[in-house]
Amino acid sequence: MSSIAAPADAARRAPKRAIPGFGPTLGFTVFYLSVLVLIPLAGVFFRASGLGLEGLWNVLTGPRVLNALSLSFGAAFIAALINAVFGGVVAWVFVRYEFPGKRLLDAVIDLPFALPTAVAGIALTALYAPNGWIGELLTPLGIKVAYTRLGIIVALTFIGLPFVVRTVEPVLREVERDLEEAAATLGAMRWHTITRVILPAVLPALVTGFALSFARGVGEYGSVIFIAGNFPNVTEIAPLLITIKLDEYDYRGATAIAAAMLVISFVLLLVINLLQAWARRRA
Amino acid sequence: MLFAGQVGAAQLLNASYDVARGFYKDLNPAFIADWKKHGGADLSIDQSHGGSSKQARSVIDGLEADVVTMNNPLDIDAIAKAGLLPADWQKRLPNNSSPSWSAILFIVRKGNPKGIKDWDDLVKSGVQVIVPNPKTSGNGRYSYLAAWQYARSKTGGSDDTAIAFEKKLFGNVPVLDTGGRGATTTFAQRGIGDVLLTFENEVGLIRDEFGADKFEIVVPSLTVRADNPIALVDKVAAKKGTTPIAQAYLQFHYTKAAQEIFAKNGLRPIDAAVLKAHAADFPALNLFDVEQAFGGWSKAQADHFADGGSFDKIIANAHP
Repeated sequence: MSSIAAPADAARRAPKRAIPGFGPTLGFTVFYLSVLVLIPLAGVFFRASGLGLEGLWNVLTGPRVLNALSLSFGAAFIAALINAVFGGVVAWVFVRYEFPGKRLLDAVIDLPFALPTAVAGIALTALYAPNGWIGELLTPLGIKVAYTRLGIIVALTFIGLPFVVRTVEPVLREVERDLEEAAATLGAMRWHTITRVILPAVLPALVTGFALSFARGVGEYGSVIFIAGNFPNVTEIAPLLITIKLDEYDYRGATAIAAAMLVISFVLLLVINLLQAWARRRA
Repeated sequence: MLFAGQVGAAQLLNASYDVARGFYKDLNPAFIADWKKHGGADLSIDQSHGGSSKQARSVIDGLEADVVTMNNPLDIDAIAKAGLLPADWQKRLPNNSSPSWSAILFIVRKGNPKGIKDWDDLVKSGVQVIVPNPKTSGNGRYSYLAAWQYARSKTGGSDDTAIAFEKKLFGNVPVLDTGGRGATTTFAQRGIGDVLLTFENEVGLIRDEFGADKFEIVVPSLTVRADNPIALVDKVAAKKGTTPIAQAYLQFHYTKAAQEIFAKNGLRPIDAAVLKAHAADFPALNLFDVEQAFGGWSKAQADHFADGGSFDKIIANAHP
C-alpha cells in the first residue's frame, strides 16, 4: 500500500505547474505513441522472432543482407554529411542576405519534401542516365552516376536537403549579430568568429538536421530504386531487399532485415541525440 | 447474407500481371457481351495489375480477387499454399490451366550494331544485357532458365558450364530491375544496354510505344515456353458468391474469340488453328519447357531462385 502511495505523495508535493494536466497529457502521449509507433514496430519484431535467434543470425549475416545494410546506412551517412555542410551554407545565405528571387528559391528548398519520391527518382535518373542531360556530360569524363552507388548518394542528398536547411535556419536567425560584432571589436579574426561564436550556437541544430536527413535516407525507397541499378551486393539498398524478400514470400526474412534496420537506426539516433545534448551544453 | 451479386451488378476482380493490361482491356468487354448474350445478369470486371509475385502476395494478404491470371504457375502455387485455392488447381482447366503462352526473345537496337544472334553473343565482353531480377520477376526467371538450358545443352555442356555461362551473362547486366516493365524502361527509354530479354508479347508493346523502326527482334536458337496460367480463387469467390461467373470467365479464355484476342495481343494462343492463322506474327521457335528441363517450377525455384540457390551464388561474384 505504502509503496503505491509514496509516488502519489511525491507528485502532490511536486512544484505546481502553471498549466495543469500533466497526468492526462502524459497518458495520452504514451497511448498515442504506442498505437501509432510502438505497436506496429513491435509487430515487426514479433514476426521476425518466428525465425529464432539462429535463423535471425543466418539471415542478417548473409553477404547480400550485410552489403545492403552497409550500403543503406553508408550512403545515408555520406548524404547527410553533404547536406549538413551545404545545407548549412544555404541556410546561412537565406538568413543573412537579401537578393532578388529569394522567396522563390526559398520555396524550391521544400520541393523534395513535397514531391512523391518516385518522381524525384525518375527525374534524377533521366538527368544522370548516360543519355540524360547531365549524364551525357559526365560519361566522357568517365564519371558514372546513375546505376552506381554515387547515384544513390545523389538521390539521398536531394531528399535530405530541406531537413538541414529548415532546422538550421531558425536557429541561425536567433544568433545575435551583436555577438559577432562584439567578437570582431574584441579583435577576433573572422574565421574565429565563425568557429567560436556562430558554429557552437548552430551546432545542435546542424546535428538535428543531419540526424533527420540521415534517418530519412536510411529508409528511403522510392527515389533510390530508380537510380540505383539494384544489383545485389553492389547497388541494392536494404529497403529494396526487404521488398524483394516479400516478393519471394519470405515474410520472416523481410521482417528480420526490417528489425535489424530498426535497431541500428534507433541506436544511431540515440547516439546522435546524446551528441546533440552534449553540443548544446557546450554552447 | 446480402447476396450482393444478385441485387446489384456482379463484380469480378481479376488480379493479373503487369503486361496483361492491354489484353484484358480487350478480353473483358468480349466476355461481358458474351455473358449477357447467354442470359447472364449485369456484370463488371475490375482489373488489378502489378508484378506477378506482388499480385499473388496481395491476394494472400487479402485482396479479394475472384480470379488470378499470372505469367508463371509459381505465384498461383503460393496462393494455393496459403489455402485460398486447392493445390491441384492446374488440373481444373485445359492445358494445365494455361490458355496462352509466350516465349523469351531478344530485342536489339536498330541494325543490331553488336551483331547479337544467339545466347553466346550475350556473354561476350562489351555487350550489355538488360534482364530483370530473376528473384522478383517471372520474366527474369524464364530468361535465367533459358540461358541455363542453352549452356548445358551445348556439346560438353553441364550444370557447371551453365553456372559459368550465367556468371558471364549477369556480369554483362548493368541494371537489374525488379520487374519486366522496369527493364523495358531501362532499355527502351533510358537507352541502356545492347539487348533486352523479354516476353514475346512485350516486344509488340515496345514497338508500339517506342517506335517500330527503333528495335529489331532476334529469335535465339533455343528458348523457353512460358505458360500463362489462370485460376479461380475458391475461397474469395465462394465468399462473394461469384463462383459460377468466375468459372465462366476463366472458361471463356479457351473460346475461339478469346484465343483470337490473345493472338492480337502478341500472346500465343493454345488453339492450334488460331495460332496457324496468325503464323506471320509468331515465328517458329525451338522450345523447351520448365517441367521437362527443370523438373517443374517448385524444383526450379528451390534449386535456382531460393535463398542460397544458384542465382545467389552467381550474383555473389558477378557484377558490372
